[in-house]
Amino acid sequence: MTGKEYRTITDVKGPLVFLNKTEPVAFGEIVTLRLSNGEIKNGQVLDTSDDLVIVQVFEGTAKINRDTGVTFMGDVFKLPVSTDLVGRILDGAGRPRDGGPEIVADEKADIIGAAINPYSRQSPHDFIQTGISAIDCCTTLVRGQKLPIFSASGLPHNDIALQIARQAKLKDSDEEFIVVFCAMGITAEEYNFFRSDLERTGALENAVLFVNLADDPAVERIITPRLALTAAEYLAFEKDYHVLVIYTDMTNYCDALRQIGAAREEVPGRRGYPGYMYTDLAMLYERAGIVKGKKGSITQFPILTMPGDDITHPIPDLSGYITEGQIVISRELHQQGIYPPINVLPSLSRLMGSCIGEKTTRDDHKKVSDQMYAAYAQGRELRGLVAIVGEDALNERDKQLLDFSGVFEDKFLRQSRDEDRTIDETLDLCWHLMANIDTKYLVRLDEELINKYHPDNRE
Amino acid sequence: MSNEGVIYRISGPVVTATGMSAAMYDVVRVGHEGLMGEVIELHGDKAVIQVYEDTSGIRPGEPVLNTEETLSVALGPGLLTQIYDGIQRPLATLEEVMGVFITRGVDADAFDMEKVWTFEPQVAKGDEVVSGQVIGHVQETETIVHKIMVPPGKGGKVKSIESGDFNVTQTVCVLEDGTELQMMQKWPVRTPRPYTQKYAPDTPLVTGMRILDFLFPLAKGGAAGIPGPFGSGKTVTQQSLAKYSDAQLVVYIGCGERGNEMTEVLDEFPHLIDPNTGKPLMNRTVMIANTSNMPVAAREASVYTGITIAEYFRDMGYDVALMADSTSRWAEAMREISSRLEEMPGEEGYPAYLSSRIAEFYERAGRVETLNGDDGSVTVIGAVSPPGGDISEPVSQGTLRIVKVFWGLDAGLARQRHFPAINWLNSYSLYPQSLDQWFRDNIAQDFPEIRTQISGLLQVEAELQEIVQLVGSDALPVDQQLTLEVARMIREFFLQQNGFDPVDAYCDIKLQYEMAKAILSFQESAKSAMADGALLNDVVNVPARSNLMRGRFEEGYLERIDAMVKEMTEQIANAVEAN
Repeated sequence: MTGKEYRTITDVKGPLVFLNKTEPVAFGEIVTLRLSNGEIKNGQVLDTSDDLVIVQVFEGTAKINRDTGVTFMGDVFKLPVSTDLVGRILDGAGRPRDGGPEIVADEKADIIGAAINPYSRQSPHDFIQTGISAIDCCTTLVRGQKLPIFSASGLPHNDIALQIARQAKLKDSDEEFIVVFCAMGITAEEYNFFRSDLERTGALENAVLFVNLADDPAVERIITPRLALTAAEYLAFEKDYHVLVIYTDMTNYCDALRQIGAAREEVPGRRGYPGYMYTDLAMLYERAGIVKGKKGSITQFPILTMPGDDITHPIPDLSGYITEGQIVISRELHQQGIYPPINVLPSLSRLMGSCIGEKTTRDDHKKVSDQMYAAYAQGRELRGLVAIVGEDALNERDKQLLDFSGVFEDKFLRQSRDEDRTIDETLDLCWHLMANIDTKYLVRLDEELINKYHPDNRE
Repeated sequence: MSNEGVIYRISGPVVTATGMSAAMYDVVRVGHEGLMGEVIELHGDKAVIQVYEDTSGIRPGEPVLNTEETLSVALGPGLLTQIYDGIQRPLATLEEVMGVFITRGVDADAFDMEKVWTFEPQVAKGDEVVSGQVIGHVQETETIVHKIMVPPGKGGKVKSIESGDFNVTQTVCVLEDGTELQMMQKWPVRTPRPYTQKYAPDTPLVTGMRILDFLFPLAKGGAAGIPGPFGSGKTVTQQSLAKYSDAQLVVYIGCGERGNEMTEVLDEFPHLIDPNTGKPLMNRTVMIANTSNMPVAAREASVYTGITIAEYFRDMGYDVALMADSTSRWAEAMREISSRLEEMPGEEGYPAYLSSRIAEFYERAGRVETLNGDDGSVTVIGAVSPPGGDISEPVSQGTLRIVKVFWGLDAGLARQRHFPAINWLNSYSLYPQSLDQWFRDNIAQDFPEIRTQISGLLQVEAELQEIVQLVGSDALPVDQQLTLEVARMIREFFLQQNGFDPVDAYCDIKLQYEMAKAILSFQESAKSAMADGALLNDVVNVPARSNLMRGRFEEGYLERIDAMVKEMTEQIANAVEAN
């Protein structure tokens, strides 16, 4: 079927091209379009029938006219995969961007990706030490988890993502992650920041980059994360690597999805985003995990910027329903000059319970984390009260908790961009800070732990 | 027209076929790979089909074959302990056939058709049998007897009946009119199974969770909705209900949820022991797992598959509980398919028939007299995931209009680590009136009155808290400060429950009553001691009270609680003298 060129375009609308009178064309088939000036564009079939075929053009429809030749390639979108991918930089459609040769394929993998049978999954339980206290102690990351960073414009989410990528490792192990980095609609400046950081630390040799920048075609963003995840799946489940996938920015991805929905005149859901956005996002996020009988794993770190810092916006909202927790970046903390400005209160790691404790981190981890959280939450609440009644009105306990909330931000949260704290250091730091509170107020810690770890009881 | 047509159009999970005779909800096989689909709309000779598998690579012109059956589930011995996808394919079999990734075009029997079960007849040759009548027993798991019933619509005089070992497709009974009966029957998922009549519910579904059983009880045969934003503990609550509720059978539907979470359930359940029978929990469980990235049409079907299985066990006379997590994902599947059909949308893009579909689904719950005169029930507990936690959206509203119990999860409580994070101020249950007699007869005569006192205290606390926000608690008169202390005791000692603690996770309803009474005893003795001059601080801090509160984490609490309360009241009385 390949080879026959049609010149039957009837309509062009936004990123979509409508054709009629074709041979039977498969749903999802890849298409090339040859413009009259010789330029070649690529697309994919979104809707197909005997009478009409709708093609979504990745590079945008500029200069396409009714004389444009359309060829159906007879296959769905596939990515050539091999271990040669590691160390390469590709564009948003999977073509080399680093001036290197084409990828020599071991095999070609369908980029849509099949769902992992829930029965075949293995529950994630390996603790990943990121070296960032707020994450390691309070929202612990597990190998095989998908944990997004909910951020907003102007906040240092990229620094945090990079720090995690640099420092993430299993406790007491040098085993490194392969980083698959997927950029969707970010600026060249942000991209350069990522690339130079990865280059500087030598991580680029162990990374695959898929890059779609702000001035690249928006529609291409729909396939970029799918390419990245296809590469990740190949490396994890065929080649036994542990893969860390970072993608930024999911908000741009969702906006591209909305753009296509609008061009197809679909009935919009909330804020104009398509009704199927939940399913669509799930088809990306759910490609994280570990499967029985395979050595590798996929851990995902999607970054999304919440429009207007609004956590109920459809993008963070739907993401939160799919991912296993979230790390929330706070503008307030950032403006106080605290890095990393992670607000632990709305942050959550749903898989944390399965990876902390005596055998994996330390016996006091759960209780210390609960106590730190509770004390900080109460301290934060008291700030509101102090604003009304003044600090003098507080009793002894409340004063200690109020002070603790400040120390928590200044000593526990705050760390430098290259500071890599081990989990033991983090937990010891917790004890050290909690020593400022009378032990009788530390109700979530039991006596045994206090005897073992409280600084008063250690030399 | 024949039952074979060709594909005309493909748009995602929606395929249009022409040239085929078709009726609504016929199951069809689409394309060369024979993907399973269902007719959902007819236009002239065009049939619109929702396909349960990925349609990439399928072309117009490929064949479509109408099986002329509606989407049905297989019902018979072998159902229990199974884990299915949305269209009743066992996930374990799928793994054997296709490996760890779910590909397409694979069909799998719902359970082992060759496995031999021991059939013990319950009727004899010459007996007259009617629809739904039990003709034999099969001990399916240690705890559950699978009753083989005459399928609805069939009946007559027994010509012959077998006894002994058979597989599910072999004939075990022949009627005079020549009808052959097997242990397996089929039933279309979108049609409720028939029953004789519906009763008013009069027995609570005991869940072992204090806030649910005591304040907002659900009846066997009732329906409950659990709305809550992400991270508020919907799934944990649903899983606790699946583990501890006193239903005889549980159908758990993971509808469009997280893969890893489903895996956790699949890993955990086989190791859990049913507190009511002491046997593995899986023995009474059927699971349906259709994660968020599995085909959306199968997600739409999954709730129907689940409830049909639940009804089948109900017809045997069992009390069945069905958990659907989450119905919002089901509604979204309807929305997605509706928009592909280019239907005129209702609110927020959901189809106009959303609320009637939700109502029809919940209406399949109920306590019934079965066709054979037995008494069975299906209780439905549906999680709802409202966007942004705002329950004014259509799925929450459609659910609240039909269910009689509303357990409202609260992100604020979850953030304070108050679990279960069910808000006691906005949750409600309309069942207490019909269940109070049961509580009076089985637990204590004054059970409903105690409940009213407890919920009244929580209400008063909410009002007092508003004042405290403004002026601080020290500005309140001491009797109101005491009320706040009592309410705090209700919250921390009674409402909070640690689902991960081996003892506290399940609280017997008798014990719930005793704990509530203990709180009221505290209030009473503190009040009289303070009237005699004791200080609030002293009565609150008597050691026996913290012993009492901590006691709930230890075995044998029910036996000891009386003595502990007594000790507490004595110490409080002594606080007068100390002053």
